[in-house]
Amino acid sequence: MALLEIVNLTVDFATATGSLRAVDGINLTIDEGEIVAIVGESGSGKSVGMLALMGLLPWTSTVTADRISFNGQDLLNMTDKQRRKIIGKDISMIFQEPMTSLNPCFTVGYQITEVLSHHFGGKRKSYNKKAIELLNQVGIPAAESRLNSFPHQLSGGMCQRVMIAMMIACKPKLLIADEPTTALDVTIQAQILELLIELQQSHGMALVLITHDMAVVAETAERVIVLYAGQQVEQRKVKELFENPKHPYSEALLNALPERAQDKHLNAIPGVVPGQMDRPRGCLFSPRCNYAQDLCSQEKAPLKDGILCHFPLDFSKSKKKKAINVETG
Amino acid sequence: MSKQLIKARDLHKHYTINEGFLKSSKKLKALSGVGFDLYEGKTLAVVGESGCGKSTLARLLTTIEEPTSGQLSIDGIDMGSVQSKAITKQLRQTVQMVFQDPFGSLNPRQKVGDILQEPLIINTSLSASERKQKALDMMSLVGLRDEHFQRYPHMFSGGQRQRIAIARALILKPKVVVLDEPVSALDVSIQAQVINLLVELQKELGLAYVFISHDLSIVRHIADEVLVMYLGKPVEQGPSEVIFNDPKHPYTQALLSATPSTNIKNKRQRIKLTGELPSPIDPPNGCAFNPRCQHANKSCKISEPVMDTFGKSRAACLALDEGRI
Repeated sequence: MALLEIVNLTVDFATATGSLRAVDGINLTIDEGEIVAIVGESGSGKSVGMLALMGLLPWTSTVTADRISFNGQDLLNMTDKQRRKIIGKDISMIFQEPMTSLNPCFTVGYQITEVLSHHFGGKRKSYNKKAIELLNQVGIPAAESRLNSFPHQLSGGMCQRVMIAMMIACKPKLLIADEPTTALDVTIQAQILELLIELQQSHGMALVLITHDMAVVAETAERVIVLYAGQQVEQRKVKELFENPKHPYSEALLNALPERAQDKHLNAIPGVVPGQMDRPRGCLFSPRCNYAQDLCSQEKAPLKDGILCHFPLDFSKSKKKKAINVETG
Repeated sequence: MSKQLIKARDLHKHYTINEGFLKSSKKLKALSGVGFDLYEGKTLAVVGESGCGKSTLARLLTTIEEPTSGQLSIDGIDMGSVQSKAITKQLRQTVQMVFQDPFGSLNPRQKVGDILQEPLIINTSLSASERKQKALDMMSLVGLRDEHFQRYPHMFSGGQRQRIAIARALILKPKVVVLDEPVSALDVSIQAQVINLLVELQKELGLAYVFISHDLSIVRHIADEVLVMYLGKPVEQGPSEVIFNDPKHPYTQALLSATPSTNIKNKRQRIKLTGELPSPIDPPNGCAFNPRCQHANKSCKISEPVMDTFGKSRAACLALDEGRI
C-alpha cells in the first residue's frame, strides 16, 4: 500500500477578482522510503499543493480531492484536531527560508523540545537530551551550547539544520522539503541535500522535494513530477525524464539550463506562467510551446500515460523536428 | 586590444567594529588584496560563498565606498588622486549596478517611467520630453513595451522587474555594469531570458560586466575571466575555461564539485566541504581555508599563501606551491 495517496487534488482561492485555481487535479502516490521531486516554475502550484496536504492554507482557499489518504487514514474527512495529531508527527515539512521559519523569540532548544513535548507529552525540559542528540545528528557542532542560542545567532545553513532536526524529531514517515536549499550557498546546499538523503535512508522515511532546480532533482530524486500552472504535465522516473522528456515543458525546462546551451544563447522559454486573467483556452502551455499546433490552443490537453499533452515528444522524433525547424529557420 | 576600463590592484577594505565602549574595537577585513583588470566587452565573474566579500567589492567598484588601501582606477582615472567632485560624479556614471532582488530594489511608489528618468534628472540637463524619449528607447532595448511606462513595479513579474532594473542601470550609458547576483531570485526559464538579454546588450553596447554570482553553471556560461574569493581574499583567478576545466585551488575544486549537475550518467565524486565559512572578524591563522581543506598540513596553519602563477591561472595555495597536490 502506498504511504500517501492523493487523487485529483484541486485548490481554489477566492480573490477579489474571482476564483483562482492554483492547483488543478494533481495525482500523487508516494511509497515508503521513496524520494519524489516536484518541479515547476513559481506559480505552478508546487508549494500550494503540499500546503493543502498539511492543512496550512488560509481560509480563502477551497481544497477538494477525490481522495487524500496517508498510511491508510483518510485525511480529507478528518477533524482538524485529529489531523493535527498526524501533521508534524508523521508528516512534517521544511520551508524555504530557514531564517524566517524559526521563531526569533525563542531559543533553538525551546523550539525543538516544544515539538517533542507536544506530540509525546511530558515536560519540555525532559527532552533536552534528545534535542542535543538530534542536533548532533544533523551535524551541528557543540550541540549542547547551541541549545541556548537564538536563530539570529546562527547562519542560514545552521538554521536549516535546526529546522531539519525539529522535523525529524518525531521520526516522520513523510518529510516534505519545500525548496530547502534555494536560499543557501552551493557548498551548504550540497551538505544539506546529503544530510536529507542520509536521514531518508537511515530512518526509512519518504521525502518529497519541491524545487525549481533541475540539477538538484537529477542529483537526488528517483521519481519526478513536473507541474505547470497548477497542472501535472509529466510524471516519470528521473533518469527517463532527463534522457527523454515527453512533455514539451519538461524539455524546455531542461534546455533552459546553462549547461545544456550550445552557444552563448540560452534556450529561454518565452513569456511567463499564465495568471488568473490570461489563462489560455486550450492547453495551458500552448502559448509558450515550441511544438504547439492549432489544436493545442483550442482543446484541453488529454492525459496519456501520465503526460498531459496533445502531441507528446519522442526523443528520436523531436530531434527530427528540430532539424526541420533549423532548416525552415 | 580593447580598452581597459577597470584596473584594481591590491584592494583592501577594513571595517572597524566597536563592541561596546569598554572593549577595544576589532577590525573586520572584508576584502584584502584583490586585484584584476577589466576590459571593454568582457565579463569578470566573482564567485564565492556568502560572506566572502563579493558585495564589498561591488560597493568599492561603484564608488559607494572607498577602499582602505590599494589602487583602483576606472576608465583610466585613478580614484585615489581624484579631488574634484565633478570627476567623481562622472566616474559614478561610468559604473552602474544591478541588484540581486528585483522585488526590493525598485521603489514601489514610483512608476517605471519615473524610475528610469530619475538618474537623468540628477545627472543630466535634458528637457522633460528628451528624458521621456530616452526612457522609452531604453525600455524597448530591454524588451519592455511602451505602455509599461505608466505602470508600477508591483504590476510586473520578477523577470520583467529585473529588466526594469537593467534599464535603469543602462540609462546613463555606463561602460561598466556591476551585476550583483542578477538572476538568483528568478526561475530557471526566466533566468535564461535575462541572461540572454545581458549577453545581447553586452554585444550591442560593448559593456563590461562584473558578474557576481554563486551559481557556477551560469558563470561558466557568461564569464570570460573568473575570480574565486574566500573570506575576502582571492584564492584563484584566471580565464573561465581554465578555471572550469582545470581548477587548481582545493576550494575551487570543492565549489565545482558541490554544484549540482543534470548529467545523470557520469556522477562526479563529491569533494566534501565540512563546516562553514569562518567569521571574518576572527579568521583562522595561516591560510583562511585550512580548517575545511583536505590537503591542509602544519605549514598551512602557520603561513599565509600568496597568489602564484600555475599554468594559465593564478592561485594562492601552499599545497600547490610545495607540490603536494
